Amino acid sequence: MKITGAEILLKSLVEEGVTTIFGHPGGVILHGTDPASDHPIKYILCRHEQVATHAAEGYYKATGRTGTVMVSSGSGVTNCVTALTDALVDSMAIVVLTGQLPAVMGWDAAQEVDTVGTARGCTKHCFMAFTTEEIPRIIKEAYFIARSGRPGPVLVDLPQAVMTGCVAYTGHPKSVAIRGYNPQMTGHPGQIKRAAELIAQARRPVIYGGGGIIHADASEELHELVEITQIPTTLTLMGLGALPTSHPLWLGMLGMHGLYWANRCLIDADLIVAIGSRFDDRVTGKACDFGRQCKIIHVDIDPTSIQKHVKVDVPIVGDVRCVLRELNKELRKVKRNWARDFDEWYGQIEVWKKQHPLRYEQQQGVIKPQYAIDMILRLTEEYDPIIATGVGQHQVWAAQFYRGRKPRRWLTSGGLGTMGYGFPAALGAQAAFPNGLVLNIDGDGGIQVSLSELSTLVDYKLPVKTFVINNKCLGMVRQWHQRVSAHHPLPTGPVHQPDFVKLAEAYGAVGIRIERPEEVKAGIEKAINTPGPVVVDVVVEREENCLPTIPAGAAITDIVRAPAPTPDKSSQTWH
Amino acid sequence: MKGQIPPRRHILTLLVENQVGVLARIAGLIAAKGYNIDSVSVGETMDASVSRITLVVHGDDWVMEQVVKQLNRLIEVIKVVDLTEEEFIEREMILVRVNADPPNRAEILRIADIFRAKVVDLTHRTYTLEATGDEDKIHALLELLRPFGIKELVRTGLIAIGRASKTPSTKLERVAGGDGEEGAKKSPAVAT
Ligand SMILES: Cc1cc2nc3c(=O)[nH]c(=O)nc-3n(C[C@H](O)[C@H](O)[C@H](O)COP(=O)(O)OP(=O)(O)OC[C@H]3O[C@@H](n4cnc5c(N)ncnc54)[C@H](O)[C@@H]3O)c2cc1C
Ligand SMILES: Cc1ncc(C[n+]2csc(CCOP(=O)(O)OP(=O)(O)O)c2C)c(N)n1
Repeated sequence: MKITGAEILLKSLVEEGVTTIFGHPGGVILHGTDPASDHPIKYILCRHEQVATHAAEGYYKATGRTGTVMVSSGSGVTNCVTALTDALVDSMAIVVLTGQLPAVMGWDAAQEVDTVGTARGCTKHCFMAFTTEEIPRIIKEAYFIARSGRPGPVLVDLPQAVMTGCVAYTGHPKSVAIRGYNPQMTGHPGQIKRAAELIAQARRPVIYGGGGIIHADASEELHELVEITQIPTTLTLMGLGALPTSHPLWLGMLGMHGLYWANRCLIDADLIVAIGSRFDDRVTGKACDFGRQCKIIHVDIDPTSIQKHVKVDVPIVGDVRCVLRELNKELRKVKRNWARDFDEWYGQIEVWKKQHPLRYEQQQGVIKPQYAIDMILRLTEEYDPIIATGVGQHQVWAAQFYRGRKPRRWLTSGGLGTMGYGFPAALGAQAAFPNGLVLNIDGDGGIQVSLSELSTLVDYKLPVKTFVINNKCLGMVRQWHQRVSAHHPLPTGPVHQPDFVKLAEAYGAVGIRIERPEEVKAGIEKAINTPGPVVVDVVVEREENCLPTIPAGAAITDIVRAPAPTPDKSSQTWH
Repeated sequence: MKGQIPPRRHILTLLVENQVGVLARIAGLIAAKGYNIDSVSVGETMDASVSRITLVVHGDDWVMEQVVKQLNRLIEVIKVVDLTEEEFIEREMILVRVNADPPNRAEILRIADIFRAKVVDLTHRTYTLEATGDEDKIHALLELLRPFGIKELVRTGLIAIGRASKTPSTKLERVAGGDGEEGAKKSPAVAT
């Protein structure tokens, strides 16, 4: 029996285990976005294609399963570009299915865009289907490429003629063979041995883990490595959650806005063990000064990440999980009293911690943003929430004060830093875990980039709790301005601001406002106990800065620290 | 690691899927580094599903190392070799139309002869020559013809082949279906 391309597409998606599609419809993709109501695939209609694509990123990061997006041609596609780029730099496995006009191309027809040409620079790979018959093979390859190796976004362009064409469905391919693509999974045994030897000799080692540990689902293996070797561990913004933050050897985040002692460890270490992290300039500062004093081991599945910015001594190309399993085997054989050997090193770290603790002072009157965020994290920790963030100061504070026990619970836009990411990422995660606690910690700027999605949350009864850390300005930009041009008027405020509580209500969600420090605890508790989507407007101090910071372009040693605490007895200090 | 050695000529030879859009991806990747492609030539290999692309690019060694890795990362790229570090033979073909007024004709023919160039077309006032050679030879020929007045120059772009004894290039031949050797550098990913 012959069936249409659209039907074949849906069958192929079911074969690939797709259960949720995020999208926005249009003329030429109608055939795809219209599965019957009893179809095993749930279609979530978002209000904007960028949002649908970020939602798929959130879905992937939270579940480890590839997120799926379906959008129409033309502007439907161009609206995806930012989110595709975001997914590319942060290595998020998503597949975006785009509608296309009938097969003839290049006629400047209505809503025609050179989709594949547009997507080339912002995808791991893109396909164009020329015939209905090739749909199953392309879908199989698309999902394989998106999720394997270094994950990334894949786009499949589906002309209307291909979607409406009728052919016999011959089943889903059992396997893929792509001769130009073969990610190296296992690490070179010789290199793994060399790495083990270096680790066994180190006196002041530090583990610098990143997003690759999450993508490889290798948190357990990392945990084991830390248990065997007792090496203090720091993670990048993208790696948060790979080690429980309650672990005694957890140092906190490193990097531009990382914790002082975590960065100091990298400056003073005699060995850096980089695992699934890519030496981003927000971590290394001026790369030429980075790691000069020590040996570096680097595990990454993507050869282009290795020796890119920083020269490393033992590169290991491979999947983090495969490599760590072998490495842990080697290290178990080492006869060494690790903890005792590192005693001095631990002592040094304690000194740094005491010298420059991460702190803020919550006084009477105005809520400090750090206090609000710290309280949100403390009060929700027991529920293992999934936390999404926007981009800016609130994101940095959320990372600095992050508490979490498990991987895949921290969703943030790191490489591209896309404002407006929080809402859709939370939406995508909540769609995957309808009963889990999903928070979005956002800025008053970022929330307005994707506020439309409040409608989607209400529509699909997705109970995301959003906390707007409202400093009434584009805080991060205000902070940069303050540093580069202290005397110029800032283009970042004051600006007119909507009433977020009324807005929430207008969308059919619940709005809560918190304005005084003593309301913070009760307000957060109320929000998480209120069913359905909630927006909490947390009005905070405007002039607070994210510290410590390594100014852009400076070396990691130029870290700018928070000022010494004022001896004010009435204030409350958290460490 | 940046800029220790000044930019120099790199000859990249690639085996790629013979498909729509592959060249665009490759060109885009090199453009994104801010590098100009000096020459490019493309042709099918003995296996019609595989094309060979030869690129000439001037760039820093460390950037070119990244370029090679990133080219390798492209799904449609089966194999990339930077021949710069290898022993290889290079050729380019040119067609050049040069002013050939009667008093200069003998001299132009003498030059053509020395460079083993052929006259492939002529008018009362011009000769069109066909010549092949490596970069130095082509350059020298053009310098000698320049005083007569070059009316038009068409170049194929450089092609290059590794010396037979060199392993990377023989590996390349295998992928290209040459000589019946089997096995490619990137063996296919198989998933079920
Ligand atoms: C306002 C702002 C402030 C920031 N401040 C900081 C900061 O202070 N500190 C910080 O760390 N970041 C910060 N960032 C984020 C930063 O820009 C980078 O996104 C981040 O450092 C990159 O993290 P990563 O190295 O873990 O790499 P990722 O981007 O997560 O990349 C993962 C790496 O792992 C590899 N990989 C993937 N899968 C596997 C696998 N299965 N096996 C092996 N390897 C794999 C990939 O090839 C890649 O190299 C900030 C961002 C913003 C917007
Ligand atoms: C789409 C986009 N545009 C611009 C920027 C530059 N930018 C970085 S942080 C920031 C301000 C964010 O303001 P807000 O969301 O209120 O968060 P805050 O820093 O105040 O916590 C801006 C404009 C960006 N990251 N993304």
